[in-house]
Amino acid sequence: MPYLSLAIWVPIVAGIVVLAVGRDRDPGVARWIALFGALSGLLVTLPLWLHFDSGTSSMQFVEIADWVPRFDIHYFLGVDGISMLFVLLNSLMTLLVVWAGWEVIEKRVAQYMAAFLIQSGLINGAFAALDAILFYAFFEAMLIPMYLIIGVWGGPNRVYAAVKFFLYTLLGSLLMLVGFIYLYNVSETFSLLEWYQLPLSLGVQLLLFVAFFLSFAVKVPMWPVHTWLPDAHVEAPTGGSVILAAITLKIGAYGFIRFILPILPDASRYLSGFVITLSLVAVVYIGFVALMQSDMKKLIAYSSISHMGFVTLGLFLFSQLGVEGALVQMISHGFVSAAMFLCVGVMYDRMHSRLIEDYGGVVNTMPKFAAFMMLFAMANAGLPATSGFVGEFLVIVAAVKASFWLGFAAATTLILGSAYTLWMYKRVIFGEVANERVRQLADVTRREFWLLATLAALVLAMGVYPKPFIDVMHASVADLLAHVAQSKL
Amino acid sequence: MTMLRLYLLVALAPLAGAVVVGLFGQRLGKSASHWLCILGVAVATVASFVVWRDVMAGHTFNGDVYTWLRSGDLRLTIGFLIDPLTATMMLVVTFVSLMVHVYTIGYMAEDPGYTRFFSYISLFTFSMLMLVMSNNVVQLFFGWEAVGLVSYLLIGFWYTRPTAIYANLKAFLVNRVGDFGFLLGIGLILAACGTLDYAQVFARAPGLATLAMAPWPGAEWALPTVICICLFIGAMGKSAQVPLHVWLPDSMEGPTPISALIHAATMVTAGIFMVARMSPLFELSDTALGFVTVVGATTALFMAFLGIVQNDIKRVDAYSTLSQLGYMTVALGVSAYSAAIFHLMTHAFFKALLFLGAGSVIMALHHEQDLRRMGGLRRYMPVTYWTAVAGSLALAGIPPFAGFFSKDAIIEAVHLSTVPGHGYAYFAVMAGVFVTAFYSFRLLFLAFHGDERFHAPEHGDGGAHGHGHHEPPKESPWVVTVPLVLLAIPSVLAGWLFVEPMLIGSYFGGSIVIRPEHPAMWDLKAEWHGVGAFIQHGVLSLPFWLALGGIVAAWYCYLVNPALPERLKRIAGPVYTLLDNKYYFDRFNDRFFAGGARRLGTFLSDVGDRTIIDGFFVNGTARVVGWASALLRHIQTGYIYHYAFTMIVGLFALLTWWIVR
Repeated sequence: MPYLSLAIWVPIVAGIVVLAVGRDRDPGVARWIALFGALSGLLVTLPLWLHFDSGTSSMQFVEIADWVPRFDIHYFLGVDGISMLFVLLNSLMTLLVVWAGWEVIEKRVAQYMAAFLIQSGLINGAFAALDAILFYAFFEAMLIPMYLIIGVWGGPNRVYAAVKFFLYTLLGSLLMLVGFIYLYNVSETFSLLEWYQLPLSLGVQLLLFVAFFLSFAVKVPMWPVHTWLPDAHVEAPTGGSVILAAITLKIGAYGFIRFILPILPDASRYLSGFVITLSLVAVVYIGFVALMQSDMKKLIAYSSISHMGFVTLGLFLFSQLGVEGALVQMISHGFVSAAMFLCVGVMYDRMHSRLIEDYGGVVNTMPKFAAFMMLFAMANAGLPATSGFVGEFLVIVAAVKASFWLGFAAATTLILGSAYTLWMYKRVIFGEVANERVRQLADVTRREFWLLATLAALVLAMGVYPKPFIDVMHASVADLLAHVAQSKL
Repeated sequence: MTMLRLYLLVALAPLAGAVVVGLFGQRLGKSASHWLCILGVAVATVASFVVWRDVMAGHTFNGDVYTWLRSGDLRLTIGFLIDPLTATMMLVVTFVSLMVHVYTIGYMAEDPGYTRFFSYISLFTFSMLMLVMSNNVVQLFFGWEAVGLVSYLLIGFWYTRPTAIYANLKAFLVNRVGDFGFLLGIGLILAACGTLDYAQVFARAPGLATLAMAPWPGAEWALPTVICICLFIGAMGKSAQVPLHVWLPDSMEGPTPISALIHAATMVTAGIFMVARMSPLFELSDTALGFVTVVGATTALFMAFLGIVQNDIKRVDAYSTLSQLGYMTVALGVSAYSAAIFHLMTHAFFKALLFLGAGSVIMALHHEQDLRRMGGLRRYMPVTYWTAVAGSLALAGIPPFAGFFSKDAIIEAVHLSTVPGHGYAYFAVMAGVFVTAFYSFRLLFLAFHGDERFHAPEHGDGGAHGHGHHEPPKESPWVVTVPLVLLAIPSVLAGWLFVEPMLIGSYFGGSIVIRPEHPAMWDLKAEWHGVGAFIQHGVLSLPFWLALGGIVAAWYCYLVNPALPERLKRIAGPVYTLLDNKYYFDRFNDRFFAGGARRLGTFLSDVGDRTIIDGFFVNGTARVVGWASALLRHIQTGYIYHYAFTMIVGLFALLTWWIVR
């Protein structure tokens, strides 16, 4: 079975069907088709996990077909122990987002659902593509649904945010395309796997590094090209924020893993200090910035940047511990940031405010919600037995192993992360009921309850027993590190 | 294998209670909830006792339950190490926890969060057990953070009170500062040993002794010193040592039962336990041990002073706890690990007793905590009174009460020690004895003796608030007094029962390692002539007389001549102000750390992100593009021949470049 093709095209086709069938007068049809599409999208990715052979680092579920023979461009798909997890994560998040938007979205329901479904397929494509042009097509195409999601269903300042998001990320990726074309000229192929073996001089590697780095660093986002993210999050609807934080950012880090490290190992090693410095700036600088945000979504957005700093830090430590920590952090951040944004969404749907000062004492009227948010806040602060701990722990330990001061700087997140998360929690959730509107809040609906419970279960499962998640990565990570260690000069 | 099941039972029985009551407490109702939780902890207590007997018979255990994570050649597990140190902690934790569970039925009877409270304390018991039963550092850290979480939740249990939610955030963040050091220590252990399993780390420990790290070029730090100081910073957070002690007094915002269980008897001793557990590492560094000693001594003496000037009954106990934790820390510093654990155990009993007694008083006076509005309660609350007397005598260190043995052993060990800072420490622990006796009997006299001040209407708001104070105070119900009595028994007996096996015999077996260079405990053993001789020697030596002096001084100041303290206060003006402001730690932290972080955050957010990156680079680029395109617009004339001309020129230029190249 072409599982990867199914993972890509089932949601896209479902999205097109939703567009075709959905009518504004009867949004129920669109919702159910979308739910069915998202569920099938998730179901077709399950075999990737079940039939995955974690003993090998070679690509699995490979599909290859000619696309543009003239330029040797192929429809070339495959996953390894790294990308497989993100395909699953993406399909799961799409299901949750469709479900989360169920009653909340009343305007242009069909288009909203379709945007997410199509985006889901495109993202799966980006994770599964092994041909650079195919990757590039998916990588660029997935900007469009998100642009629309922010621009159509977003907040009052949505146009500025959407344009900023689009330009920022597009600007970076154009350079990447130039890099791809250069590599094609040298190798006469767009196959990533062949590029892994391609000898390149350090000068060329460094130039390509700059091109690739810009495009992926914007996506991650790394300091100082991060300022599009808080704006995008603030204006995006809840579902948009969830996908943006849980998946879209991961594409950036995935780019480092799939392109920069194995294709440009010498440049990566040469510039690792630079990337590590930027990552640590993200952890510390952004930690302080997050502390002072008055908008909850902005705060969580900044916390995302800080957490993604751990990902890039872990990757550029070039150790099994660091890279696997980075990958776990990516998945965990998918769960936790999604959950945090959903929590803000739950409150926003009732109060139509994201400002911390408009809240206070929510626990009095929404005790179940407060309990969920407590769990996710703790996961965000990296408490053991939640998924947030595992990645942070591995990366910090790997950093200490590399150098005490690296670990020292990284470990400040223990203090900063809990400070900004729990201070927000205190001001929003604890205390006397702050105002009449908080007094009238209703606790989570059944739909919201199960949505949050699903994520809570995942966060706890991964915290208590992360082994299965990590075991599938070992071979691929070892292979990646072998590539990094091997000079291409 | 059967024993492993028993160990799992010890840990999981409280967890089961916590989860069931946490999820379904509202539906189960009050009594089903508390019985479920009590059942869970009771099972754990009985099983712990069985385990303790088994360990005493020589059966230790070290094995894994499951592999938590594998990465590279690192394998992290969840597993148990059951040795005398662990078994002792298990017994103390489950027993005190059981007492507190029962007590809570009475104390929290009318609280709307009744079932939530039970769920939390059972969860705490589980976390604490995972911490002490762990066979590796990661699981220790798991338990460490989990007890911190429950502590956070319980300090903020009354979440509508601004002081409570301030205190719990403060507690969590201060603890995180400690964890920051702890995690770095863990990372260094892993970097040096390649494993985090206790047994393997300790096996490799001697090889670490000569390793060094260079924090910056040219400098050289001994690796064991760095590791141990990092680990100890973690202990300073959890066990509230100066300057990370600031959270503990504020934690009294939580309900009294958890002040007894978490913030006196068990959780705060986790740091002490951790250092004792890591004794093979700490033994490698005299510098680290000296650091531990000085920090502990400072805490022991200077926090005791603060106990004198507090008027809130729980805060007196809180500062007393700080000071006693300081004593334990000093013991660790002078390599008297067994004495530290011994004091940990006796302290757990008598301090839990004192806190629960304070809670009993608070209940009887309708949530009055101010000592100035108590007095004369011994007539109304005989059980509470007599158990409090036992607890206070134990705390003051009067033989044959439990605290005497453990405290005297610590003082002796400090005396015999040669670690850096032991001279200062000896002075501090000695002076601390007087202060301890003074504040504990000040509390006792103010609360239970003298005039009955609880009838007096509160000045300012007339009789409106004092309506509950007209009926005489009543002794608390049996669910409260029975735990008091059950805790009073070990507060009296545990000392002379355990002093010989724990300090002199081979009670701890291989779980504590002391190198021959640190003579304190060896010398103590050499001088040992039996319990009777120890008491005799104790009565004839200075600490006993200091303690007696403290009691007499308290008696004189608060019963015979009650005007004296006020006069002393005036005479000691600046000193009193210093004590009343708790050495200005809180104000400094608020201004410097909290305020500084907020200012830095605002600066980075406003200047860094908004002005420089967004204002200058991003929007600046947009403006430049806009400006440039306004220029370029002149080229976009719309005339075909202009375009054609440009294209041809461009093509020509390209071709030229291609040829010339």
